[in-house]
Amino acid sequence: MVDKSHKIGAAGKRGETIRSDCFVEVALKNSGGIKLKLESKVGVLYGDSIQRLVFEMCEHFGLKHANIYLEDKGALPFTIAARFETALKRARPELETEFFLPINGKNFSPPSKDRLRRSRLYLPGEEPKFFVNAGLHKPDGIILDLQDSVAPSEKDAARMLVRNALRRIDFYGAECMVRINQNQAGLEDLRYIVPHHVEVILIPKCESAPQVIAVENEVAKLRRQHGVANEIYLLPIIESALGVIKAYEIAAASAQNCGLAIGLEDYTADLGVERTRDGEESRFARSMIVSAAKAAGIQALDSVFSEVNDLDGLRASVSEARSLGFEGKGCIHPRQIPVIHAGFMPSQDEITKALNIVIAFEKAQSRGSGVVALDAKMIDAPVVKRAQQTIKLARRYQLIGTN
Amino acid sequence: MKFVENKAGRLVPLEVNGERRVLYQGLGGFRPHGDKARPRIATCADYPADGNKFVPGLRETLKKAGLKNGMTISTHHHLRNGDALTNLLFDTIKKMGIRNLRWFPSASFPGHEHLLRYLQDGTIHHIEGSMNGPLGRYASQGKMPGLGVLRSHGGRYRAVQDGNVHIDIAVIAAPAADAFGNANGVQGQSACGPLGFALVDSEYADQVIVVTDHLVPFPCVPWQIHGNHVDYVVKIDSLGDPGKIVSGTTELTKSPDRLLIAEYVARFVEEAGIMQNGFSFQAGAGGISLAFVAYLKEKMKAQGVKARFVRGGSTKYLVQLLEEGLTDYILDGQAFDEAGVRSLRENPRHVSTSPFTSYNYHGKGNFASLVDVVVLGATQVDVHFNANVVTHSDGYLLHGIGGWQDCLFSKCVVLAIPSFRDRIPIIVDEVATLCGPGELIDVVVTERGIAVNPRRQDLLKALAKSSLPLRALTEIQKEVYGLCGGAPAKPRVKKNRAIAVVEWVDGTLLDAIHQVVT
Repeated sequence: MVDKSHKIGAAGKRGETIRSDCFVEVALKNSGGIKLKLESKVGVLYGDSIQRLVFEMCEHFGLKHANIYLEDKGALPFTIAARFETALKRARPELETEFFLPINGKNFSPPSKDRLRRSRLYLPGEEPKFFVNAGLHKPDGIILDLQDSVAPSEKDAARMLVRNALRRIDFYGAECMVRINQNQAGLEDLRYIVPHHVEVILIPKCESAPQVIAVENEVAKLRRQHGVANEIYLLPIIESALGVIKAYEIAAASAQNCGLAIGLEDYTADLGVERTRDGEESRFARSMIVSAAKAAGIQALDSVFSEVNDLDGLRASVSEARSLGFEGKGCIHPRQIPVIHAGFMPSQDEITKALNIVIAFEKAQSRGSGVVALDAKMIDAPVVKRAQQTIKLARRYQLIGTN
Repeated sequence: MKFVENKAGRLVPLEVNGERRVLYQGLGGFRPHGDKARPRIATCADYPADGNKFVPGLRETLKKAGLKNGMTISTHHHLRNGDALTNLLFDTIKKMGIRNLRWFPSASFPGHEHLLRYLQDGTIHHIEGSMNGPLGRYASQGKMPGLGVLRSHGGRYRAVQDGNVHIDIAVIAAPAADAFGNANGVQGQSACGPLGFALVDSEYADQVIVVTDHLVPFPCVPWQIHGNHVDYVVKIDSLGDPGKIVSGTTELTKSPDRLLIAEYVARFVEEAGIMQNGFSFQAGAGGISLAFVAYLKEKMKAQGVKARFVRGGSTKYLVQLLEEGLTDYILDGQAFDEAGVRSLRENPRHVSTSPFTSYNYHGKGNFASLVDVVVLGATQVDVHFNANVVTHSDGYLLHGIGGWQDCLFSKCVVLAIPSFRDRIPIIVDEVATLCGPGELIDVVVTERGIAVNPRRQDLLKALAKSSLPLRALTEIQKEVYGLCGGAPAKPRVKKNRAIAVVEWVDGTLLDAIHQVVT
């Protein structure tokens, strides 16, 4: 028998400032059974419940002998379970089985490729305390991030947290998105998210069609394996000069693509220029993204505005993005959400004008006339089309009724 | 210890520190009669005709004041966590070899952890007053010999008037004073704002000592404390740490969830029709309250609505309302930041109040019931809107009542609280300690929705067309229990051992706080 007694795995966070998280250490033993030492801030209220969870997980993983130390700062069960599983798998990397919490079933919104994606809120995949209330701020989408916000040493921990969050957390109608890692690591991320009701997968630093297709194929394989019923859309992010040049190829690479996004921090770094406030340096790239997305019949989504306290700056940035043809923006703080939503909403003035044009068009049609006139001015077909789009948007925002 | 059940269904001790007390009898159920306690009659002939009551040192003054074992010593908490005087006071008392005192502060702060040693060595027998942080924890562990008595600010005034507490010596920290004893809190290096919490002490104590670090020639004006009540004036180098007495500025919370709660409260106040010309409100200095003021201000500006008065504790956000003409007056019980102190000093429309004007149960009316809407916090609320503000879910006593109970008499009482903290649900089946009856609590605003007390059909009607997320308290509770992994276990306490009692504003016993099992 192999001596496992020296194997120790630890995961999670500890220290004075930590809240809603925990630290777990699992020391494998050859004998002595399971010994749990629990120090919890909520021990009086949930100590028994935490013990039950740990013993249930030990049984699930066939763990018979171990010294377990759990320092808890009020972590929710989905976090404790993820931390424990991570610690155990760091001690026993060969362990293949996973521990699934019951799926809460609240996030099954009818999938729609062209649903509103005005705001998508980035949440670091290693910060579970931000997950629970994110949906209350009503973003159109919530991105659980496995990529840039997660340190390389914590990628495994983030996978478990994000998987558990997808199963347990109510996102209150926001689309559940996950940003995977680049290339091979990203493909490996997929098994932790595809079976657990992810709705959109963000593919970072996309530079070619095959990158998208690789993800599409892996998602399809996992969907078959796990009998996943819900649609899963892809959202490639362009973050380099090469990506910009290949934008259309990427946008058109998969029928599962729902949009094309741009990430400006990496793009400006790739160009070797500074990211400025008015963004002159990325005007070409952003226009390219918009045209590529429209050509492929999908949504064009703008980068994040990173000055959280500058809401006026954000307002201007949203207005500019909308004028370029973008339909959404990333955000990194819930305060940005209402500003973004307001910015992408058609104004009352625009709606009134559009209504007049559409009414004039419908009148002309009912007369059998091909010529549309409003206030003695001729209206061209593209103007009518744009007016119709404005009306459609206004209806989606419930600014006007369906008649 | 013998316990009996009161009208709220809570078990309270029959006796408090050897004295038989009246049980809570429901709202307005207890009607006291007879006379109030009377202060000692003084004669001006016994005091220096030149008005100079100056005594060189604290020790000498306490001696002159006749400090003896077993007496009751009072202090106020306007210096908040910057208070150095109270610690110095008990250091001096210890050196004099005096023991077994009852300390009667208007509140205590974490900075008073220093006094634990005097509880341990018997210098202080027990505390009657809000116990914050370390002192509350000490009491919760059953280490304080007497029973703590928790009262609201108004309840403290009443307790003195009812003779429940007779103050032998009041020690009043005064940021500015003259040698006659006139004092205020708006001048000097230790300026703290109003001094109203010390008013009852100055009026009813046998001996009144004013301690200042900023002695000015007579007259010290404004004189919120009248020298005519004062026996002795002492000067020391420093009353405390100005940086902790008032914060430089009070800052808005960045927590998105707290901002969301604040925004919901502001929308509630507007959409329920409370925000009208001439209205009034009170909100504290907590993160949610400050943000609420900021959101409400935007709404008032947008609608062109002006308040008649707002109640402090003042902060720069209230001062901005006053200076921008969005309210006619600030009626202020305490100032939390420098802007509040400055405004109180300079602006005649920023007026000091006291527990007598605002909260006193034995007054012929008080201001609290005139306020249109008050925004308060709580540590727990049960599904019948009963709330707790002193103990945590694990049973530990960690906060004072402050003006919280008194404010429940406002026309509309809003509790603005997160639905859970870490893994601690705030909406529970039964509160650990009852501090405020649910009949007086109208609305609970959380980040997960707003629950209106079914007693307030008028509010529900006013909100019929509102897009605010109105929900039943039980529905929010159920959702949070789901998140936290079920209902929390009850705190583990010794049922037969109370460590403190909570009085209702009328002086009856509302609840008991028990020793925690460690």
